[in-house]
Amino acid sequence: MNARPGRGRVVAPLLIVAASLAGLAGVLAIAGYDPVLALGALWRGSLGSFDAFASGTLVRATPLILIALGFALALRGGMLNIGAEGQFLAGAMAAAWLGVHLAGWPSLLAIPATWVVAFAAGLIWVVVPVVLRVRYGVLEVISTLLLNFVAEALVSFMVQGPLQERSGIYPQSDPIADAARLPLLPGTRLHLGIVLAILLAAALWFYFSRTLGGFRLLAVGTGPRAAAITGRIDVTRTAALALLVSGGIAGLAGAAEVGGVAYALYPNLSPGYGFTAIAVALLARLHPGAIIVTGVLFGALETGAGAMQRDAGIPAVIVYVVEAVIILALLLADARRTARSPAVAGAA
Amino acid sequence: MIPPALQLRNIHKRYGSTTALAGAALAVEWGETHALLGENGAGKSTLLRIAGGLERADGGPIEVGGGRAVIRSPRDARRLGIGMVHQHPTSIPSLTVAENIALTAGWRVQPREIRGRVLELSGALGLPIDPDSYAGRLPIALKQRLEILKALAARARILLLDEPTAVLAPLEAEELLRVLTGFAGVGNAVVIVTHKLREALSAASRVTVLRHGAVTLVGNSDTETPDSVSRAMLGGAGRPEPSATRSDARTSEPPAIRLQALDVARDGRYGIALRGAALSVLPGEIVGIAAVEGAGQRELMRAVAGLIEPLRGVLEVRQPVAFVPEDRTTEGLILPLSLAENMVLGMGEQAPGVAGALVSWKAASAATADLIARFGMTAAGPEAQAGTLSGGNQQKLVLARALARNPKVIVAENPTRGLDVAAAAEVHRRLREAAAGGTAVLFHSSDLDELLALSDRLVVASGGVLREPERRDRDLVGRMMIGAA
Amino acid sequence: MTDGIELLAGFLAAAVRVATPLLLAATGETISERGGVINLGIEGSMLAGALAAAIGSSAGGPWSGLAAALIAGATLAAVFALVSVHAGADQIIAGTAITLGAVGLTGAVYRAYYGTAGAGLSIPTLAPVEVPVLAEIPLLGAALFAQPLTTYFAVALVPATWWYLFRTRGGLALRAAGESADGARAAGVRVRATRTLAVVAGGALAGLAGATLVLAQVGTFSERMTAGRGFIAIAIVVLGRWHPGGVLVAALFFGAATALQFVFQASGTAVPYQLFLMLPYVLALLGLAGAVGRVRAPRDLGRPERAS
Repeated sequence: MNARPGRGRVVAPLLIVAASLAGLAGVLAIAGYDPVLALGALWRGSLGSFDAFASGTLVRATPLILIALGFALALRGGMLNIGAEGQFLAGAMAAAWLGVHLAGWPSLLAIPATWVVAFAAGLIWVVVPVVLRVRYGVLEVISTLLLNFVAEALVSFMVQGPLQERSGIYPQSDPIADAARLPLLPGTRLHLGIVLAILLAAALWFYFSRTLGGFRLLAVGTGPRAAAITGRIDVTRTAALALLVSGGIAGLAGAAEVGGVAYALYPNLSPGYGFTAIAVALLARLHPGAIIVTGVLFGALETGAGAMQRDAGIPAVIVYVVEAVIILALLLADARRTARSPAVAGAA
Repeated sequence: MIPPALQLRNIHKRYGSTTALAGAALAVEWGETHALLGENGAGKSTLLRIAGGLERADGGPIEVGGGRAVIRSPRDARRLGIGMVHQHPTSIPSLTVAENIALTAGWRVQPREIRGRVLELSGALGLPIDPDSYAGRLPIALKQRLEILKALAARARILLLDEPTAVLAPLEAEELLRVLTGFAGVGNAVVIVTHKLREALSAASRVTVLRHGAVTLVGNSDTETPDSVSRAMLGGAGRPEPSATRSDARTSEPPAIRLQALDVARDGRYGIALRGAALSVLPGEIVGIAAVEGAGQRELMRAVAGLIEPLRGVLEVRQPVAFVPEDRTTEGLILPLSLAENMVLGMGEQAPGVAGALVSWKAASAATADLIARFGMTAAGPEAQAGTLSGGNQQKLVLARALARNPKVIVAENPTRGLDVAAAAEVHRRLREAAAGGTAVLFHSSDLDELLALSDRLVVASGGVLREPERRDRDLVGRMMIGAA
Repeated sequence: MTDGIELLAGFLAAAVRVATPLLLAATGETISERGGVINLGIEGSMLAGALAAAIGSSAGGPWSGLAAALIAGATLAAVFALVSVHAGADQIIAGTAITLGAVGLTGAVYRAYYGTAGAGLSIPTLAPVEVPVLAEIPLLGAALFAQPLTTYFAVALVPATWWYLFRTRGGLALRAAGESADGARAAGVRVRATRTLAVVAGGALAGLAGATLVLAQVGTFSERMTAGRGFIAIAIVVLGRWHPGGVLVAALFFGAATALQFVFQASGTAVPYQLFLMLPYVLALLGLAGAVGRVRAPRDLGRPERAS
């Protein structure tokens, strides 16, 4: 996998997205749905009006952008964080737990406090995979995936146990205090989380392109042996840190979701954000600025899919197929590029 | 007339914009040992790989035993009785000797049966080996023996060997060549790719010389002379004399490298690689380490470079120390990154354009462009990927980067491996220049000729012990390398 | 006293039943990983197999269900092989995408086919086949000799896989491809073809695993019903040290660990059930930490063959 952010390779991703949507329309037509009605609903539900865009698409895009930024950070260091789902839930649990107890706090303190604990929780959720990887050589890919299910079960336990709402009837937590709720853009459901996502993208962009640390992370991801021997970089430490912070960022996404959308903890809080974010990051070729764009694109796709289900009776989960096709097509396109690049001159 | 065992005619091969072979040819008779000679980059390995099915020619007919042959893969080659022994062993380290042989030969997988067949085969050929050892655990000479056994077990009658003696000590090499000529002598055919003139003329009955992808000489080894072959390899002038300027060791100054009673653990494995090592290198001195693979030289170089923590003993190295690693493509450079990025990788905080935690890529690129010009590298510019450079230019980049820090000590592993004559001479010149400026140079080379040409002083590493030979004598050093003197 | 024995016999039978899909999927993944390909898409193959089994069984009985599952699992694995083996793309990302796509595909097809209600779906299932006499053995009889045919098949696959891997030319070539693609190629092995076949076989077995989940365990399909069993199967491969026998032991261990929750629920303890839901995943993590390091994975696992 290329850990390097793309430079100007924009056309292929756009073509792939367009082709995937066209493919979707074709499949829907074959399956007996009305593709015009379906795609029309997709458009109206996501980008067709300001309200759909702000209250739907951008709200959906916020966790995707955040998690994708974390994914890009880890992959730049050569680490695959495909367990963001669990880290997101860990962050959400922490934010909800603290948020419930913050009544009477000023928002200026309460909101950052939830962010801090959520970041810490997401990071802690990665500590186990990191320790397993560094000390025992367990592939972080498997361990983070397994921890996704542990997180799900833990949320389920929390909302029926320690964090269950006062009446004890519903499997969810008490609503968080007003102070811990993120301010909204008046007249919409768009919350402060999007600002957090954009700021983080800017920070990562600066880190990647203007700092020695950001470059060294890239070196670790693209050539770990040379990074260690020629660059004298502690490769293990660098990669582990990137993975930990990546988990923290996914936790932050959990806090934004609880503080800006859900206002409480309940099961199924994430409709697979952790996996969609992989497509978001890869389509953006790990470039933080492009991640904002692809995050909004996938936010639109998933929001529009909801409208498609309501208006045209097409199951919304079909967007996961579109996302999978986009990822696979990107992988194929990248592999073709590598194959076509000039043969590295070695001993002839 | 019996048709030749193997005949390749008018072979062409291009990689992108590089021409590897331009009308090369090779004809090998049954019963002969044929040496294929040429400098690095002359195309001899490529020609061999085409005959072995690992590469496909862009054009040119191949005949095996007089019949037109299409060789698309190693499988095809094997069906035609062609066996290939690669420069780097291709055996599968975690399989046993017997399993490796069975895999190549396509034997039925019955542990007891294949074990017996291996013992039988190795006994008959006079190439003893333990069938139950894991291939990865064999010493290098046995790894190579396994490669040959694999080819012969697959009933190869035409054996192609790529630089088979490169990793062997002189005595081991002689032994191997004797077995090969014996095999050819009973009606088979052997092709040896080598750049060692002396060896080719003594072991082979005929030689073919390639230069720039075309044949410049085909002849009998008893009528050709080292001089005529050398001219064919290098085109006209012959081998450039190693420049006689010896750098001046500064005896009045304290040593730049000093080690005493130094023990170093084996790199990546258990055991001791270097025990009780003592060595000092003065500023301005070039010391060469002669050793066969795994004799402790790698650990010595890396301990001096500060990459391995020694177990015990004294190790004093003046800073800054620059390290030129053996494998420039995975250890020295990151090929997908640009030249400027590789520059920053190696120089870290000292790199031009780096100020504290921040990098100005503009400044780094400008400084890199400057280095490209000063070292005469052929590169599209500082933004070009390191992987697009030729081996010689990659090595120049590694060296330029190392020298840009004005190091007090340079540690280099096989600094000219895979380079053609001109590029190798350039590397030698740069190292001498650095030494003349007071830098201490410690280097290792697998090529005894290079060691003798470049070093002021020679030290032999053998079995983890460092010793200095009494005389700078090929035979003495060769015997010391394998612990026979 | 008899209660205790009945409970224990029930526990053992449940353990074997739960272990069956894990064993099938893990055996398939063992073949794939021995060839050097780690396929996270087996979770997706399993899910697709589960839905295909449900649809196939409703249409033509359990045997049609099994066949449909086999094809569904193998098809997804073939797509995975196209991207990861032939194009040489990152296996982890490709596998994740396959699983993601399978979640979407099965969800959409399920809702389109059965409507959003879906619940109460009843499917012809595989009946247990009792081995005469042996099934009467107290305690173990029900667990070992009164299981659906798929369980016997899964167990028989263990020695068959061992024999294939360690006693046939194809198996040697497969192991060589997994240890060193370059070395295998030089030895005359068609690395891509070998790996592709191994991946597709692994996917077919994962599909079958999904089918047993539906036809022999749960009796119905629900969205995302595999719940990470494919990932656990991958952990089982590591725990079983890439060896069919080891995989059998590890799969049974997981079956037992999961079946424990039935025992505890039956005995009415106060321990929240969610903690038991966590148990297999936590055990897998602990097991991985203990198992890895003492044994080496195939050396070229996860690495595409370099184009030459």
